[in-house]
Amino acid sequence: MSATMEPTSDLLGARGPLDQDWRKVINYGLLTALVLMFISLANMPVGLDSRKIIEPLLSMGYISLLWVPAALGYAVTSEKVLEGMVAHKKGARELVAGLIVGLIGGGGLGLLIVLIDNFDLRDPLVNWSPQLLALLTFDEGIGYGVGFWLMAGAALGLFGGAAHVVSATVRKVVAAAILWILAFSVFETVISDISEGIQLEWLADELYYVRGGLSQQGAVGVAVVGILFALFGREHVREAKQSFQSLEGEKRTRANAIMLGSCVVATIVLPMVLGRITNELLANVGLFVLLALGLNIVVGLAGILDLGYVAFFAVGGYTTAILTSSNRGESWPDWMPHTHWFVALIVVVVFAALSGLFIGAPVIRMRGDYLAIVTLGFGEIIRLLFLSDWLGGFTGGAQGVTNIPGVDLGFVEVKGTDPRAIFYLVAVFCAFAIYVSWRLEKSRIGRAWMAIREDESVAEAMGINTVNAKLLAFVVGAVLAAFSGAIFAAKVGSVFPTSFIILVSIVILVVVIVGGMGNIYGVIAGAAVLIGVLGGPKQPGLLAEFSEFKLLIYGALLIWMMLKRPEGLVPNVRRSRELHQEEFLQDAWLKGHVDTDDQDELGDEGGVAPA
Amino acid sequence: MSGERLLTIKNLSVTFGGLHALKDLNFHVDEGEIVSVIGPNGAGKTTFFNMISGMVTPTAGDIIFRGESLLGLDPNQVTARGIARTFQNVRLFANMTILENVMVAQHCRTKQGLWGSLFNTASFKKEEEEIREWGEHVLGFFGSRLIGYRLEQPASVLSYANRRRLEIARSMATKPTVILLDEPVAGMNPKETEELTGLIGKLRSEWGFTIVMIEHDMKVVRDVSDRVVVLDHGETIAQGSYEEVSTNPEVIEAYLGRPAEEAS
Amino acid sequence: MTTAMRHKAAQKTGVDQFLTFLRVVLSFFIITGLVMFVLQQINPDNPIAARINPDATGLTADQFEGLVISGLSQGAMYGLIALGYSMVYGVLGFINFAHGEVFMVGAMTGMIVSNKLDEAGAWESNFLLSLLFIIVVAIVCSTATAVIMERVAYRPLRGAPRLIPLITSIGVSFLIQNISVVLLGPGAKSYPTLPDWLADKRSILFFEIEGTKIMVLVVAAISMAGLWFLVERTKTGKAMRAVAEDKEIASLMGIDVNKTIVTTFAVGGAMAGVAGILWGILFRSVIHTTGFLPGIKAFSAAVVGGIGNLGGAMAGGLSLGSAESLAPLMVLEPWGIGGVSQLKDAVAFLVLIFVLLVRPTGLFGERLSSEDRA
Repeated sequence: MSATMEPTSDLLGARGPLDQDWRKVINYGLLTALVLMFISLANMPVGLDSRKIIEPLLSMGYISLLWVPAALGYAVTSEKVLEGMVAHKKGARELVAGLIVGLIGGGGLGLLIVLIDNFDLRDPLVNWSPQLLALLTFDEGIGYGVGFWLMAGAALGLFGGAAHVVSATVRKVVAAAILWILAFSVFETVISDISEGIQLEWLADELYYVRGGLSQQGAVGVAVVGILFALFGREHVREAKQSFQSLEGEKRTRANAIMLGSCVVATIVLPMVLGRITNELLANVGLFVLLALGLNIVVGLAGILDLGYVAFFAVGGYTTAILTSSNRGESWPDWMPHTHWFVALIVVVVFAALSGLFIGAPVIRMRGDYLAIVTLGFGEIIRLLFLSDWLGGFTGGAQGVTNIPGVDLGFVEVKGTDPRAIFYLVAVFCAFAIYVSWRLEKSRIGRAWMAIREDESVAEAMGINTVNAKLLAFVVGAVLAAFSGAIFAAKVGSVFPTSFIILVSIVILVVVIVGGMGNIYGVIAGAAVLIGVLGGPKQPGLLAEFSEFKLLIYGALLIWMMLKRPEGLVPNVRRSRELHQEEFLQDAWLKGHVDTDDQDELGDEGGVAPA
Repeated sequence: MSGERLLTIKNLSVTFGGLHALKDLNFHVDEGEIVSVIGPNGAGKTTFFNMISGMVTPTAGDIIFRGESLLGLDPNQVTARGIARTFQNVRLFANMTILENVMVAQHCRTKQGLWGSLFNTASFKKEEEEIREWGEHVLGFFGSRLIGYRLEQPASVLSYANRRRLEIARSMATKPTVILLDEPVAGMNPKETEELTGLIGKLRSEWGFTIVMIEHDMKVVRDVSDRVVVLDHGETIAQGSYEEVSTNPEVIEAYLGRPAEEAS
Repeated sequence: MTTAMRHKAAQKTGVDQFLTFLRVVLSFFIITGLVMFVLQQINPDNPIAARINPDATGLTADQFEGLVISGLSQGAMYGLIALGYSMVYGVLGFINFAHGEVFMVGAMTGMIVSNKLDEAGAWESNFLLSLLFIIVVAIVCSTATAVIMERVAYRPLRGAPRLIPLITSIGVSFLIQNISVVLLGPGAKSYPTLPDWLADKRSILFFEIEGTKIMVLVVAAISMAGLWFLVERTKTGKAMRAVAEDKEIASLMGIDVNKTIVTTFAVGGAMAGVAGILWGILFRSVIHTTGFLPGIKAFSAAVVGGIGNLGGAMAGGLSLGSAESLAPLMVLEPWGIGGVSQLKDAVAFLVLIFVLLVRPTGLFGERLSSEDRA
């Protein structure tokens, strides 16, 4: 099915090096140039230069440029080979196309260098700066810079094109080396933290340079391990996975239990060996996992696009804050007690459910797109109300509510200064959310949600009270979000209206969609990758240098996912069937799963041979 | 074989933007009847079904089911009262499995909510089991076609005829009194049609359903109906047994147009 | 008993009852607020009104006039943006969430070009020509943004499930905002000062209006007239209406559907570009999030006016602008709500919700697409 098929003898012969789709090649080249110029002017090379990948050879800043010609040089000649189609043999044509794309791209950067040197456009374009020029020319003069990028572009384009030509093993080796180096560099904080926690400081010291970035011997080591794993280890992993999937009945249940158990153990043990910063990161990820699991019920299971989801996060946060803080708004009557966090939590559940009903009821009969905008409006109204002078006596207005105590468990107080404890607290609620999602999905309610997502009017005609079912999804999602808000308040110790901007809703939506709508693992993976690596709306991730660019990347990612892989990284089987209905049917047909009308009558025509 | 009066429709009218889709329609069904509604395309047959099932609100008239008016009820409430339907252009939940399609249709007959699902209570397990059993039971009505390994397959892989069958099974799963079948044999080959005709008879004789059916295939109409109602331009132009209706000059005119010599 | 009565009497769910309750409460809130406002205007010491809000000062005729005019001029801007929502909705049946960003691009372009003109001295010396120039440049940039957006993000998704293009458009909106951040910096940027003669108040009929607002209203009226001519009187407009009615049939009739959709985006983009310049003239400050709230409000305006209806979009914009400017003082303050000017944005959303609750088809009815009519 894919272009990675081993070249076999029944392929058509290689096409000549000049037998190109020139228009496409030029377009890709210009696109490369444009993307490179945009990335440069977006300040990525300069802004990310401080993040080293391999000290002192390579920084994230240069990586932000280098991947472009390689990726587009590869993409220009990649073609979808469908079942039954015969592919051409790869050869010089692919190399030439990649080379030209890279060359044009490099030319774009060269042009940018010349332009920066001769004109001053710093007025609108803030990054039109000498630093950019210095970085692009390596301080060696214009001619050197232009020459370097032309050559580098060509080389990288060629490298991209070559990926089509070389054998699968070579491709595997190179990809493994690159990926492992990148991964070890990105996860530097975590890895050195873990190795410290398990008394292996020497390993981290060998791998990493003092001020960040892999050391050269570390990079080589990582690459070798990666290559070895790709060549020999991966087969075993795949086999293990297959044998796990082929388990049935009792054995399967037991295997599942073991998996679950090890996940739980890992969740408990891992934070113990991790340091403060990494635990803080985990706690943030956990908060977003909780939020995303809630939104997943609303968007993923019931198919309601709720853009005002942050409102429930805010309700949870503010309710907890007002009930527990010693510094809440002055308009509250004296008799209102300062409660314990757990008491507040009960009120949070009630308030979240009520606000879910209150916001949900007017919108639930609206069509999907109207609903999205109106919920967005509600999210904004709630924030404006918290911010306003009118309710300022109760909510603290722009000053918010501060002095929120942590969660006093008797033996320990869970608060922001102890991220490990916060993480455990979040993990408990995430476990609860996972359990809720998992139970609901395969229950009568979950089936009703599925039916509504597929065809609302038919679901209604089949006896499902769609209004109630959708409201229930809304409320369950609201309560989970409010839990997250309650923990957030205890963690940060203060809540402000600015913590609950629409951006939060959008980021959670991106997490759910990138992870895979309707899939619990997908949502967790999405939160871990996006929030953990790039960071949340206000929280830094592992790549703290990216904070300037993460929203840009989120936006691009959302579009990319919708266009190329709407089912997300870890798809829900059903969702992906919905989104790829035709391909799925074609596939099923090829496998002979599609039944035909009355086979006895159609005789031998009836049984379509599996492909 | 007619029993108690089940469904009475009085002076039912609906207009879409000044256009009369149905005009002053009177209609009734007795328990255990099989009534066919026929008429040329655009006669308002599907609108008629949509109105009974609550998807379209009539502008005037009344629909009385077992002594209770259905006006103003949502489609799910109509289904809960015992009227199930199929759709002319088969509308299954294509990405749900075949079993899930019939399971979800029992929604209004079951009641386990949040509590039961979350804590997997004994009553929840029992109900799930019953839903499953009833689902397999109604699927079994079509022999081996929809059961066995098919249960876990998505509905979208089914052949056209099997989709129609599954849709009927889905309407049966709602435990109705009356089933509204919208062109049940459309697109089926003669053999399948013949088989399904037999099954429609069985729906009454073995399962006790009352059936109202829109159908174009006159052979099916003749074979199963107790009574035939002919609609044209939103009005009832004839009613009676198949023989009476098929010889009625007005009906022939509606289908074939007016004979040339009479047109002036 | 008539059918309608029976319909009302029939058993209704809790949600319906709640909605009815909401409708009644909201209507009561608005009407009572207005009545109290009027009572206060007649007699500031009116016992009923004073009991609820003793601090209410009421409005002088001048203040009222000022609010109406600024409401209308902002409303005209919303209306221009709303046209884009409405047209795209009419043709493709989805809400182009990113349309607000097209407007922002217009405002940004205007800012950049007008500052360059100011440096060169042309802004002072030849204001009207400069204005015309920045409008043209803004139209070009906004149109280009809208067209590229359609080509890259929406065209591949035609026929996808309904929510997919909507989610994509959220991504597009997010992306454009952040492209602006990384290229132009995150801070607010200002337009050069307008010439004094423009800011002066002039009397027209009974009103004293600032020149800027007259200009905004005039530009909006001219653009609207141009659009009306395009849609109602040209072949392109006819094609657009045909595609909105039924894409397949239109293509069978020999209309190039793709081209028509691109035209629709382009025209909507041009209107948003003009609106962007109007924003610049009115507020003289622009930031990457400029497009967000006006975008949502313009969508609300389109809904208020009846989505798919061009005249409705403009009327909706004007009503929403006025409501947003007047309601805080005329409805909220008489109720004793303090700091009402902060709630201006909330009012816009409340108007949207209220209209959808009371009259979901909008004030001027909806031109139903074939799908909804089914």
